[in-house]
Amino acid sequence: MDNFWPIVIEAAIKSVFIIFVLATGFAYMTFAERRVAALLQTRLGPNRVGPFGLLQPLADAIKLIFKEELIPGGADKVIFLLAPVITVIPALVILAVVPWGPTAPIHCCQVTIPGLNITLGGAYFTIQSGLGLADVNVGLLYILSVASIAVYGVVLAGWSSDNKYAMLGGIRSSAQMVSYELALGLSVVGPIMLAQSMSMVDIVNAQSRVWFVVYQPVGALIFYLATLAEVNRAPFDMPEAEQELTAGYHTEYSGMKFSLFFMAEYIKMIGVSAIFATLFLGGWRGPMAEQVPLLGMAYFFAKIAASLFFMIWLRSTHPRLRYDRLMALGWKVLLPLALANVVVTAAALIDTTLFAIVVGALVLIGVVALAAYAWRRRASAGGRAAVAQSPAT
Amino acid sequence: MTPTDFNAILPILVLAGYGCVLLLVDLLVPEHRKRITAWLALLGLAAAALGHVAWPAGGRLVAFGGMLVADGYALFFNLLFLGSAALTVLLAFNYLPRTGLERGEFYVLLLFTVLGMMLMGQAADLIVVFLALELLSIPLYILSGLARSRPSSEEAALKYFLLGAFSSAFLVYGIALVYGATGSTNLELVLAAANGGNPRLALLLAGVGLVLVGLGFKVAAVPFHMWTPDVYDGAPSVVTAFMSVGAKAGGFAALLRIFVVAFPDLAGQWGFVAAVIAALTMILGNFAAIAQSNIKRMLAYSSIAHAGYILMGLAAASAAGASLREFAVGAALFYLAAYTVTNLGAWAVVMAVERADSGTASTGLNLSDYAGLGWRRPGLALAMALFMLSLTGVPPTIGFVGKFYVFRAALDAGYLWLALIGVLTSLASAYYYLRIVIIMYMQEGQPVTVSRPALNFAVAVTALATFLFGILPGPLMSAATNAVMGFAR
Amino acid sequence: MPVNVETVIFFLLAAMAIGAAVGLLLSRNAVHSALFLVLNFAVVSVFFLFLAAPFIAMVQVTVYAGAIMVLFLFVIMLLGAELLRGGASGRWHSALAVVLAAGFVGVLGYVAFFSGIAPEALPNVDAGFGGPQLLGMDLFQTYLLPFELTSLLLLVAMIGAVVLTRDARTRSAAGPGARP
Repeated sequence: MDNFWPIVIEAAIKSVFIIFVLATGFAYMTFAERRVAALLQTRLGPNRVGPFGLLQPLADAIKLIFKEELIPGGADKVIFLLAPVITVIPALVILAVVPWGPTAPIHCCQVTIPGLNITLGGAYFTIQSGLGLADVNVGLLYILSVASIAVYGVVLAGWSSDNKYAMLGGIRSSAQMVSYELALGLSVVGPIMLAQSMSMVDIVNAQSRVWFVVYQPVGALIFYLATLAEVNRAPFDMPEAEQELTAGYHTEYSGMKFSLFFMAEYIKMIGVSAIFATLFLGGWRGPMAEQVPLLGMAYFFAKIAASLFFMIWLRSTHPRLRYDRLMALGWKVLLPLALANVVVTAAALIDTTLFAIVVGALVLIGVVALAAYAWRRRASAGGRAAVAQSPAT
Repeated sequence: MTPTDFNAILPILVLAGYGCVLLLVDLLVPEHRKRITAWLALLGLAAAALGHVAWPAGGRLVAFGGMLVADGYALFFNLLFLGSAALTVLLAFNYLPRTGLERGEFYVLLLFTVLGMMLMGQAADLIVVFLALELLSIPLYILSGLARSRPSSEEAALKYFLLGAFSSAFLVYGIALVYGATGSTNLELVLAAANGGNPRLALLLAGVGLVLVGLGFKVAAVPFHMWTPDVYDGAPSVVTAFMSVGAKAGGFAALLRIFVVAFPDLAGQWGFVAAVIAALTMILGNFAAIAQSNIKRMLAYSSIAHAGYILMGLAAASAAGASLREFAVGAALFYLAAYTVTNLGAWAVVMAVERADSGTASTGLNLSDYAGLGWRRPGLALAMALFMLSLTGVPPTIGFVGKFYVFRAALDAGYLWLALIGVLTSLASAYYYLRIVIIMYMQEGQPVTVSRPALNFAVAVTALATFLFGILPGPLMSAATNAVMGFAR
Repeated sequence: MPVNVETVIFFLLAAMAIGAAVGLLLSRNAVHSALFLVLNFAVVSVFFLFLAAPFIAMVQVTVYAGAIMVLFLFVIMLLGAELLRGGASGRWHSALAVVLAAGFVGVLGYVAFFSGIAPEALPNVDAGFGGPQLLGMDLFQTYLLPFELTSLLLLVAMIGAVVLTRDARTRSAAGPGARP
């Protein structure tokens, strides 16, 4: 491992950059959400602190830092303290495999760190470096595995608080996230098959002509909905449904620990938007992006911003789903749809005839299933009339 | 998938596809007309049996890179499994609605467990053996717990599941050690690697031993039999009936193939172990059965005992010389077929006498409930007497012929003591088998029985087979002999 | 053994893995045990990375840590079974376990240091080794049959879960859309 330290240093610098972007993004995301939601609801939103209210996040941060930190008496202290950390870390590391620009020349100045065998020197040099922390051949799997870890924070927070509301929130979230992970995992199979790779860089490169959202409209929709559920975002914000659960899993949290949860939620939003943009919207690709790497980054951030705006829009215009409907949507709609999408995509990649046959067969199955469903409902309607007419509780 | 692959797997493929479709079609079958599903399941079994026409007569297909074979041995077992499953469907026909357990999933799970059994017979790779074993077992775990309203059924499912998972772990560990010693899981390659002195003999022997333990659980051989009485007793009778023949035959299908095909060079080591296990199984099964007053528990111990007799065939298959080995395996196959027919018939009678309405005090499962059966239902009692005689091994029944061949195989292989134990335990078993005959004919009683066409048909078929093959064992024996032609090399 | 960065990292991780495993055994709280197990899984997945098997490493985290252990936690929390009560056979059990574990370590130590069986050097592997492409080829060509059988197995297990949990009462009352 001759080039061990240079790699470590390069990775460290990039990591710091990502974390900086995410942390800043988080702060202004909260502000943006409040302002945009206010606009959509014909209110003003926070506009007092600083010009146009731009310093509002700072004020919030100061407020949260000085709040009293409470730990409930019956709480499992270690896990209670650990839960926010476990929540934030996956949110921060999930973007490690996402490229945010093309390979770019980086101008460096040679430096020496004593004891590490790197020669001193003031020479400037240029290295070619991909804009992105890492390009691994299992990039998409990495994202899925980190996403699957994310559920622990919420579950543990709910359990360790020794509070029924928090517990219910934790249990709901574990059920919800595990359920939607299936549809999520299947929806990314489309881009994998199209790019013939799980590397995020390869996936972006495969979209140099057409964005995958064109080939994979259903996959993109499923991915977007499933990630909303994964990050517990409205209209799927069951774990913290205020009207039912006070504040769900973070009911007992206050001060900085609370703000860590808050931070994780917004960073996850940014993260999944970035992944969505990479998988379906061509990543950093856009006119002239390859010639001007910074332009690529700008495109990438613009796509993320568009996705984030859509999330805010959804939140301020849609009510929360009822819990059983949420599970029904995940298991009975998104999962079969994602499966069908995989089959159709695979068939289309082989040849057109097979594609036509598969689509025909799926349509036939769908029609038969619907007809059978309707027939059964009618057949068994008599005995169940009383149940069906009772108002939903 | 090459054409060879396709032909070799066609029966299994048919069954798998049919099972999936049946699962969906069952959703459309109204709750009170699940008999339609039963008929459809029978149709599926028949279709799978028809699938065997893709196999070359007397030939041998090797498919999926040697993971699956289609030979006479597999054909014999496949038809055995399909036949016993068809009989089980006939038994379930009345039994399930009567006991309020009728669910379409029963038939679907039955198809899948048959699929696992067929794979056990066809598998020529330890990985496939493991998957087949799981595919065989998991539906049976579920079916054992079908009568969830009874705590004993739930207990049976849990016990069977836990101990089954435990035994699977043994099997996997054994497979891993065999792989470590030989570098392959394919039976032929394992044979090649084990041939002529393996440098990692200790590792290989440990692996072989663990495989024997894992499959020994499935066939309920002593000392891995503990689960059997409770599970057989707690599970719904129709499930027990199928489990006692299907799971056992499935276990033996893999056991015989693995040990005879892959480990003939270690026969000196495993032959004696198999003989000891066979002896223990026969002794414990038969003597414990004597003490039972519940017919289900009695038949459970009886099934343990019969595992011992079949294991005697395995022990005999450790003999030197391919023809002796083939004879021993053929004898085991014949015994399995004999046991399957007889035991299914016996369970059919048990179901005819069993009282389904849980409200009554008597369950119809005690031996005393059979008092007077000989006068009230002469046909049923005659069949039961025939089954009991066959299980004992009295001529002119199929059970006698089976025992005869197995004992002869043991003698040929030089296991005189084992054959002696077999004869003595058979004598002991007469005590509890004939007790039922005595109760049926010599004691006064008013047995309450069920008489339905499907049930009566199943009893008649099995009784006829038990009797006819007892007089004319030739066709079945030649089928078993042909099945193992060229099996041991 | 040459001391390089990989060796150092390996031993650090190995210590973590063993620590997590011991923590799993010793903690009296089932939730803590489950978390130790998650940590153990995560460390093991890093070992897979060292062995040039990135696909397995990721699957290890996704499946074991991300799915199975979450369900474990779910069950523990739902049943409220986090605190173990020491049974009567507890002491006898743990004594036996210690003896067996010591025996196992003894055997391993013997094999590693005294048996004379030298560890074989890891073979050099191609660039794509352990990656999704080669693994996919293996799974869908060489091991097609076991792979499909596994899917059938999962289907059966799923049917079983539904059959065993849906009892007659809800079956007749709950139509599509009706609430339990």
